[in-house]
Amino acid sequence: MKLNALVTLASAAVLSAGMAVAEPVKVGMITTLSGGGAGLGVAIRDGFMLALKQSGTTDVEVVVEDDQQKPDVAVQLADKMIQSDKVDILTGIVWSNLAMAVAPAATAQGKIYLSPNAGPSALAGKGCHPYYFNVAWQNDNLHEAAGAYANSAGLKNSFILAPNYPAGHDALAGYKRMYKGDLAGELLTKLGQTDYASELAQIRASGADSVFFFLPGGMGISFLKQYADSGIGLPLVGPAFSFDQDILQAVGDAALGVHNTSQWNKDLDNPANAAFVAAFLAEYGRLPSLYASQGYDTANLLLSAMAKADISDKDAFLAALRAADFDSVRGKFSFGPNQHPIQDIYVRQVVKEGDIYTNKLVGVALEDHSDVYAAECEM
Amino acid sequence: MSFLLLAEQLLNGLQFGVMLFLTAAGLTLVFGVMGLINLAHGSLFMIGAFAAAAVAAASGSFLLAVMASIAAAAAAGVLVEVLVIRRLYARDHLDQVLATFALILIFSEGTRWLFGSFPLFLDIPDYLSGPVTLPGGIDYPLYRLTIIGVGLLVALGLFLLIARTRLGIQIRAGESDREMIAALGVNISRLYTVVFALGAALAGLAGALIGAIQSVQVGMGEPVLILAFVVIVIGGIGSIKGALAGSILVGLTDTLGRALLPGLFGLFMEPADATSIGSALSSMLIYILMAVVLIVRPTGLYGARA
Repeated sequence: MKLNALVTLASAAVLSAGMAVAEPVKVGMITTLSGGGAGLGVAIRDGFMLALKQSGTTDVEVVVEDDQQKPDVAVQLADKMIQSDKVDILTGIVWSNLAMAVAPAATAQGKIYLSPNAGPSALAGKGCHPYYFNVAWQNDNLHEAAGAYANSAGLKNSFILAPNYPAGHDALAGYKRMYKGDLAGELLTKLGQTDYASELAQIRASGADSVFFFLPGGMGISFLKQYADSGIGLPLVGPAFSFDQDILQAVGDAALGVHNTSQWNKDLDNPANAAFVAAFLAEYGRLPSLYASQGYDTANLLLSAMAKADISDKDAFLAALRAADFDSVRGKFSFGPNQHPIQDIYVRQVVKEGDIYTNKLVGVALEDHSDVYAAECEM
Repeated sequence: MSFLLLAEQLLNGLQFGVMLFLTAAGLTLVFGVMGLINLAHGSLFMIGAFAAAAVAAASGSFLLAVMASIAAAAAAGVLVEVLVIRRLYARDHLDQVLATFALILIFSEGTRWLFGSFPLFLDIPDYLSGPVTLPGGIDYPLYRLTIIGVGLLVALGLFLLIARTRLGIQIRAGESDREMIAALGVNISRLYTVVFALGAALAGLAGALIGAIQSVQVGMGEPVLILAFVVIVIGGIGSIKGALAGSILVGLTDTLGRALLPGLFGLFMEPADATSIGSALSSMLIYILMAVVLIVRPTGLYGARA
């Protein structure tokens, strides 16, 4: 370990001595580090920091602050980072409502925003901006992939449910955009709901052949446990959020065998991913999650742009970001015209490896997938 | 909607109500006896769930986990009462709200510091998992039936405790006249600690039982706290009977609203609109119920105080 660190340090010193002295880039990371949603922010931060550490760069300075999952706090932090910390780049936000509160204002002030997670449609279509990049996905993407998977799996009568808030509506719309079968029922649940007995009774009575659900965080854990206990037993389909590495351990057997859609998985076969998974496990003692992979890619995107252009030359730096010339852990990765990813979205299945619940790849749901809002973006 | 589905939804409503009762009972007891608004009640619920998850992971026994949850929450309750709450009885409600809100933050971040940011695993034991077939052909999860049973037992136990025991007499006396009971030689400070610990233990028990079918995570107590407040306002603050009636009323209203309203609106609306308006209205329903109860009976269903 010590030897490793020494070698890294030495090689970093050699590298930085060899390069022209670039102006350091100051990054403001606003993410959720306390409360119920902290797991997501922690994963993004850990992934981001790991990439910086691996690169050995001394040219990036990161200010990390906790937004407590509150839009008003996020806005205050962004103001502080822009005005007193003088950051060049903002990143880190997990939730769409917080991103909507921060990103448009930051880009209007000439700051670059790199989204490691939230991809609200408002920022992908008419509200797109040359300074706004999404490194994860547009919100609809994984749900569209779930719809496409349902077709290929021969599901013909889905019961679909999501929480009653903008991302929930987008989820159902995304699924229905691709799914060709009938709907046995459609439900909007309360945001933050923890008891699903009533919904489960309706699913049981509906005659559905499958259930699609988007219930992020604790809602998904509750739903999965109660679904398993209800004995309904229909196939479940969903986006990766409820089957994330960090929460699968809390769901346990209830998630086994479920198919879910994701743009990344730990067994994606490319060298960048293998190195990432091994390094993350060594550094933090746990397997990386989807969110960690997104944080890692975000940092590597930034580093790739820094290698090509100086932050003080905005046009060149933006062009370098748009080129996305980095080894993504997802394999293929490029930006569409609205600076949102064009990427493959995979189907994964929850399995148990030893004592650990995790996902394995079982197929591709959508290839080179962009989003429907890109056409509305004029830049 | 078929009769069977309706019966199942009624059962769901009852079960949700009983779950609410377990959390609301402690809250109403503490408010009734000590006049204290305890926002940190949800944190005690969370402590119960985390203690249960930790013990279940270490020992593999659900029964042991439930006992640990009761013990841990009661111990946390005693600690909090002696260190913080005791100084608040004479203060006004705003001070109590501020101090107990601070306790929520301390407990949440303390728990996160101890257990990490990711949800913990707590599952239903094998002997209680899966559905059973009830008369009439309803498949109903055994665990939910167990919760109904435990909740009703706790309700019965509380009635007996308050109506039949010496402690119960003191609690009732404390509710109606604090100064007098102290003057009669009852150690009021010990009584308060006992009542607070009892309330905490009930919250801890609820945390363990509910944690098994939900997510054991930091912040899990706050939504429960809000519902518990709705329940005790409807039932009448300080009344155990009111808490039981209020819980079951809220449980039935919420569950049946969720089950029936979207379909009801679907009779005369576009399906997409019916779903979104029905869902929006059903999540408001218990607050509408609360408002109606407060208009008709400003002190709640069984509330005595003006």
